[in-house]
This record gives sequence, C-alpha cells and structure tokens, in this order.
Amino acid sequence: MPQLACQDLTLGYEGKTVVSGLSFTVNTGDYLCIVGENGSGKSTLMKTLLNLKTPASGQILTGGGLLQSEIGYMPQQTAVQKDFPASVREVVRSGCLNRCGLRPFYSKTEKQIAEDNMEKLGIADLAKRCYRELSGGQQQRALLARALCAARKIILLDEPAAGLDPKAAADMYALTAKLNSEGTTVIMISHDIAASVKYASHILHIGAGTALFFGTKADYLKSGAGRAYATADGGEPA
Amino acid sequence: MTDVIDKLVLYFQYPFVRYALIVGVLIALCSSLLGVTLVLKRFSFIGSGLSHVAFGATAVAVAMNLTNSVIFVLPVTILSAVLLLSAGRNAKIKGDAAVAMISVGTLAVGYLIMNMFSKSSNLAGDVCATLFGSTSILTLSRTEVWLSAALSVLVIAVFLLFYHKIFAVTFDEDFSSATGIRAKTYNLLLAVVIAVVIVLAMNLVGALLISALVIFPALSAMRVFKNFKAVTICSVAVSVVFAVLGILISVIAGTPVGSTIVAVDIAGFFAFSLTGFIIRRV
Repeated sequence: MPQLACQDLTLGYEGKTVVSGLSFTVNTGDYLCIVGENGSGKSTLMKTLLNLKTPASGQILTGGGLLQSEIGYMPQQTAVQKDFPASVREVVRSGCLNRCGLRPFYSKTEKQIAEDNMEKLGIADLAKRCYRELSGGQQQRALLARALCAARKIILLDEPAAGLDPKAAADMYALTAKLNSEGTTVIMISHDIAASVKYASHILHIGAGTALFFGTKADYLKSGAGRAYATADGGEPA
Repeated sequence: MTDVIDKLVLYFQYPFVRYALIVGVLIALCSSLLGVTLVLKRFSFIGSGLSHVAFGATAVAVAMNLTNSVIFVLPVTILSAVLLLSAGRNAKIKGDAAVAMISVGTLAVGYLIMNMFSKSSNLAGDVCATLFGSTSILTLSRTEVWLSAALSVLVIAVFLLFYHKIFAVTFDEDFSSATGIRAKTYNLLLAVVIAVVIVLAMNLVGALLISALVIFPALSAMRVFKNFKAVTICSVAVSVVFAVLGILISVIAGTPVGSTIVAVDIAGFFAFSLTGFIIRRV
C-alpha cells in the first residue's frame, strides 16, 4: 500500500482552480520531486498534502498508518523569522513538539533527538547562536534539522535551496539524498531541474493547470514534458 | 532623600497605594509576557486596537449603569480579539486596516455614547480617566484587586503551560500546523489572553497607553538578548521594575500613573538600545 496517494485532486483558492486532475502515489522510500513553473500550484499542492489547505475536490489517502505527527516539513522562510530572537537549539527543538502532546516541557529523549539532528546536519556548534545571525545555508540547515525532529516517516521540502549559493545548495541536495537513502520518504518542490533529475526517483511535473507528467525519473527524461522543461531550463538531462 | 523615603512610608500606609502597586506589578508582568509574541507576530497594533474596543465597551457599560463594568467589557474585548486574530491573513479587509477601522470606530462610538447617556457631572474627567487611566489605579476596590490577581494568575499559568507551543506557533505557524500542532487553537488562546490583559491594563494606564506596556519591554529586551527564553525573562523583569519605578515616581511627584510608567519604559528602551549597540561594537 502506498504511503500517500492522491486521486484526481483539484486545487485552488477563492473559487479559482489552479490545477486539476492530479493523481499520483508515493511509496515508502521514494524521492519525489515536484517541478513546474511559478504559479503552477506546487506550493498549494504541498500545503494540501500537509492538511493546511483542503482540496477543492478529489482525495488524499494515507497508508501504512501515516499520522500528521509523523510528517516533517521544511517551509520557505517567512518574513517573521528574519528578525526573530531564537537560538538554533530553540528552533530545532520546536520540531519535537508534536511528540509532547499536552506535556508542557520537552523530555530528555526529545532534547536528545534535537541534539542528534543538529549533529547530523553539522550545526551542533551553532546551537547557542541566534538564528537570524546565521548565513542562509546555516538557517536552512537549522530548519531542516527541525523538520527531521518531526519527520519519523516522511519529509516535505518547499524549495530547500532557494536563495542559497551553489555550494550551499549542492550541500542541501546531498543532505536530502542522504536522508532518503537512510529510509525517509522525501517529497520536494524544486526549481532546479538538474538537481531534481540527479537525485529524485520520481518526478511530478505540473503545468498549464494539470499534471503534465508523473512517473519515474527515467521515463520523465524520455517524455516530451521532461525534455522541453530540461532544455528550457538550460540544463542538460543527466 | 530621607524626605522621599518618609513620604513613601507615609503613602504605603494607605491600602489603596499598596493595591495599586500589587495590581501594577501583576499587569506589567502579564502584558510583557505576551508582548514578545505580539511584537514578533507583527501584531503590536492589535493591543492598541483592542484597548479602544475596551474603551467603547466601557462607555456602553457606563451608559447601561453597570456597577461592575468588567463583566461586560471582558467578553466584548475577547470576542473582538478572536475576530481580529482569526480573520488574520485571509480576510477581505487586511489585518492592519481592520485593526485601524475597529480601533477608531469604537473610540468614536464610545465617546458618543458617553456623551449621550452619561449622567456624570464631570464627563471630560471620566473620559480622560478611561483613556489615560489617571486615577483609576488608585481607586481600586478590594474585589477588583482580587479579580486582577486571579486573572493575572490565569494568564501566567496559560503562558507557562503552553510556552513551547506559543514559541513554535509564533516562529512558524505553517510548520506547527503541518506537523500536528493545533496552531489555530493556540492563536485563539492567545487572543483570549491578550483581551484579558488589555482589560486588566486599562485600570493601570488607560485605554490609549496599553500598547506601550505591551511593546516597550519586549522591544527593549530584543535589543540586547538573542534567544526567545532570555528575551521573555528580560522583558518581564524590565516591565515589572519599570512599572514599580513609574508608580513610585508618580506617588512622590504627583504625576499621572499611566504616563509616568510609559515615560520610564521609553527611557528604558533607549538605555537598552544603547546597551545593545555597545555590545555589538565590542
């Protein structure tokens, strides 16, 4: 049974349809990249998958007992966070909050999970630093560490490399690929078609109000949509 | 100096001065606890908007001849807070415009109602007291002191119990709801608590000056400290110390309590800004 299955989804807001006819499945251990132009509905789709928005029609089925509290999410940065006085440790620990239930404080285990994830992403030495004073790459790592604290089965990333320099972006992709190889299902929105086809196992290409393509990476590269997009993007199909 | 101390000792023999100090400290504590979240959520102005709602509601309560206006003012303010915060980003009229609209609207209607229905001989004085809190902190009854104390304890308890959740929802609402935290419920809870604090604070500084109590301590703390816990603790400490200082100065110098506290807060803000500047340079 797939971990996540979408059947004939229609998404939109204020009565306007942005994208319709979306059907795809995600199995445990998949690495799905969602690509498409700006405004094609990628972020709306991700928010719908996360239950932040309700679809106009169609349904999302979760399998294998996937709970909301087992999903990790790495959103794009918001304006509020740019001058937020928070230490990296405070930010990362907040990812453990969905394990607490009504308990008002973090348990030892949860604090350890936060420390482990900071270690994993190489930001353990930044734990006491102020989040807003970090470089873009370090901030993204902190947000990824927070997402990992929440992610027990699946992680969704909304353009994790946005605004990063090429080196930091490459690091970010390598990190996600590593997580995926360790068994976490990854769903990522990306503008970077070259990186998408390099790391993903599946591609969902949205455009012109519908799904232009869904399938494995190998099939995508042979398809019309894949070739057109890859060439238009200036990248060589890997 | 001994003069000042003698004067203070004399004044503190009166229960109303002691009440004023107790309630002042409690209000300063509660408002600064929430201030950090409000400032960071870009909701600073909501405090001011809600205080005008509270003013309008007080006017209605006076017109209806209610002896204890809180039973009417509190629910109305809570309702407005819930509406303002839950409308949030999706409303047709955007946040700041909605706040501004409600803010001036209730102020105008409140004054109108006071003028039309008040039987008081000193209308201008009443209005001034409600807006600037001039003497109301010194005329608290025993019941009002207990009520303020109970509400403050409630606010502090809510904040302590949900501290981490409040942090998470303030830092990143989308992430919180996506990972299974009921962000909407916590926003609602915040709205209710904010309304309670506003109604409490009206006694101390009056409707027009409440925002200062909410914003200044948080901003001062944020000049110097760089993590949420330190900012929260510092802002509470700053707020309580400045409120006590303000009340003492006003008792000795005979100045209006509310504006004296706010003046001390402003001076404190500049002191903290300077400290922050020096720390960054060193």
